[in-house]
Amino acid sequence: MDTLNKILEFAGLFFVLLGSIFLFLGALGIYRMPDLYNRLQAGTKASTLGAMSVVLGVGLMQPGWLIKLIVIILFIGISNPLSSHALARASHRSGIRPFFKKKIDDYEEEVES
Amino acid sequence: MAVKRFTLTRYVYTFLIVYLIWYAFTTSLQPAEIITGIVLSLIVSYITVVNFNCCDPILITPSHIIYFIQYFFVFLVALIKANFDVARRVINPKLPINPGIVSFESKLQNHFAKMVLANSITLTPGTLTIDVIGNKFYIHWIDVTAEDKEAVYKEIAEPFEKVLLKIYGSSK
Repeated sequence: MDTLNKILEFAGLFFVLLGSIFLFLGALGIYRMPDLYNRLQAGTKASTLGAMSVVLGVGLMQPGWLIKLIVIILFIGISNPLSSHALARASHRSGIRPFFKKKIDDYEEEVES
Repeated sequence: MAVKRFTLTRYVYTFLIVYLIWYAFTTSLQPAEIITGIVLSLIVSYITVVNFNCCDPILITPSHIIYFIQYFFVFLVALIKANFDVARRVINPKLPINPGIVSFESKLQNHFAKMVLANSITLTPGTLTIDVIGNKFYIHWIDVTAEDKEAVYKEIAEPFEKVLLKIYGSSK
């Protein structure tokens, strides 16, 4: 029992560390990317996996909370992409133009027609 | 929208799922918790039953459960790849991006399935769903390698849609 607890604790710490690294990279991405849409890309992916991983790590360290934390993980997985989709759609419709090296914008044609 | 009518079976079914979520959050069998949960679930499921179309009872068969598990793993692999992809681009001093907005058409009919596909695309390497109009998906792609619809579809949506079509194929 004691060794199992130790293993779970180390696994939990590993997941928390991994999650924080991803969250850090996401923050760096938000700083470095040239426009809103690319920032959303970096922010969404990194913060989803980062937050899930941190929450799962906490769940492994405190097994009594695991069920609640899994529900929270599912909720993050559903709500995070939805919110970034809403932000991207609203910004494009209100006229914030994306950064292009070569212009490819199917959505603009659709909205204006 | 697929408009669903209010029937008692659907109401009981929605109630059970809502109550299950409540129970997962509280994980206690004290009478006060159970009664609060039942009252709240009755109210919430009464409001949402008309729009609740994710988990029809006909979808819960052994083969569907296997497809759900398969989808989960396809999705998990894509999510992890996406994070390493973001990390690679962010750390590289040259910032190798070539963004653009592309579109493709999906074969899915079911609204819930389309939502799942759009969310999955957002969480996979280099793509972000901007809008879904009818069957057309508009995707912001961080590194455009293909422009025509077929190629875009193959590159972005195919692995997910294959599994989703098996689950939701004919249902509306």
